[in-house]
Amino acid sequence: MLDTTRRVATPEGIELTLRLAGPVPRALAWSVDFVLRVAVVFVVMMVAGPLGAAGTGIALITAFFVEWLLPAWFETRWNGQTPGKRAFGIAVLNDDGTPVRWPAALTRNLLRAVDFLPLFYGIGLVAMLASRDFKRLGDLAAGTVVVYQAEKTSARVFPEAPPVSPPFALSLEEQRAVLELAERASTLTRERLEELAELPSPLVGSLDGSRAAARLIGMANYIAGRK
Amino acid sequence: MRQLHFEEAHAKEWDEFEKFLDDPKKSPFAAEEMPPRYRRICQSLALAADRQYSPELVDRLNQLALRGHHALYRNRRRESQRVLEFLLAGFPALVRAERRLVLAASLLFFGPLLGLIAVLQAYPEFVHYLLAPEQIANFHQMYDPANRRLGSREADSSLMMFGFYIWNNIRIGFQTFAGGLLAGVGSIWFLAANGVVIGAVAGYLTQVGYTQTFWSFVAGHSSLELVAIAIAGAAGLRLGMAVISPGNVSRRAALVAAARPAVRLMYGAAMMFLAAAFVEAFWSPLTEFGFQTKIIVGIAGWVLLLGYFLLAGRSSAAR
Repeated sequence: MLDTTRRVATPEGIELTLRLAGPVPRALAWSVDFVLRVAVVFVVMMVAGPLGAAGTGIALITAFFVEWLLPAWFETRWNGQTPGKRAFGIAVLNDDGTPVRWPAALTRNLLRAVDFLPLFYGIGLVAMLASRDFKRLGDLAAGTVVVYQAEKTSARVFPEAPPVSPPFALSLEEQRAVLELAERASTLTRERLEELAELPSPLVGSLDGSRAAARLIGMANYIAGRK
Repeated sequence: MRQLHFEEAHAKEWDEFEKFLDDPKKSPFAAEEMPPRYRRICQSLALAADRQYSPELVDRLNQLALRGHHALYRNRRRESQRVLEFLLAGFPALVRAERRLVLAASLLFFGPLLGLIAVLQAYPEFVHYLLAPEQIANFHQMYDPANRRLGSREADSSLMMFGFYIWNNIRIGFQTFAGGLLAGVGSIWFLAANGVVIGAVAGYLTQVGYTQTFWSFVAGHSSLELVAIAIAGAAGLRLGMAVISPGNVSRRAALVAAARPAVRLMYGAAMMFLAAAFVEAFWSPLTEFGFQTKIIVGIAGWVLLLGYFLLAGRSSAAR
């Protein structure tokens, strides 16, 4: 499979599937966090400014905590998400799929200093592209992965039709293919739908386009349990 | 069993479990029931996947199991008690366990530092190879015996310097640690470079006769700050060693294993930097206390710190 997924076995003897997040959503999440960090320091500077030198001190302390510790704090408190990660629906997890805690969160956030070298996450990007799980060096050392957050599965919408049972039992992958075709039926042109529907000949035999499509949509209804 | 019957039989339980995950306070069942219910979800997922039920159902169960997994394996132990325990016993015991790296880092840092102080007494002009003229002028101004406050220019407030020391010194400590990931080179560089600069300043100011002002300023926080740099360097070298010589595991596994003690060393080092910044900002600049008092406090700091690392936590480490 070419999919960027990672399968994790749990003590209960099942496998969970994590969907890994690549460099682009992570860079976008980072830029949101960066803007927020600058904004926080800026607001503190504005508020503490009238205090003079003491205000500068408060702003410097804020800058330190916001830069080094706040991301780790968010990751331990917000199910592995910083505000930027939440905006893009990604989260940090341990390699075994459990939520991150302080040691791992702090390791990956302190080692950002190395990933940032030589400029703008050069090392981090190379490490991510070279590793199977899109890990930057901080993730390698901390034993963490960045994944897309599980979304609530929305009910599948596709044309209703009288269910047709497939001529033989379909594997999970094959069932998925039929369902996905039915889901996309409304966005495809009629010609393309019919062309695609003629391809799985073991299912549709030698039926022509429109009847093959109707038959596959009927099977999708059957697979989805509309009986 | 047909999928429809399977779903009908379990729908109520799945919905209840989902309600628990959404908000444990409004859960329809007691929290103790969660683990067995989670195991039944796992069982249902395994059955649904094996019986080739519809992907929609398998996805939903995968998701319930994933969220249940997160809820079950989250650690909710109290942190505050562990912080105290770490400071009183865990940290000094860890420094002793890593003593070879701590000694190596100390040598890399204190070697150039003490060496330069000695060299500059005999060859004062050598300082011009190490520091720029503006830096030298700056240090002259900071430690001029005519100052009422030491180590900073007159108008700076203590709180501002506290902020500056946190922002600057802890960052240097973190960089010294992180640089270790580059096969140790970054840590070695930061240790030696900081040793050279501090040694050059100390040696030069002693030689030009600012002994009283300079040493009474640095004495108080010197123990905490210098040892914290050495420990941050040791933590970095721990990562570097895992990259250079991983032993009989993969480099990746060695790195993950090394990161755990290394980051614990950094917890301790960061707290030492924080304490050092506090002393440096609020005690060290005071001129109300005499030179002797400040030197005695400084020496007491070193004795206490060395005693702490040599003795603290021995009994609880054996437990």
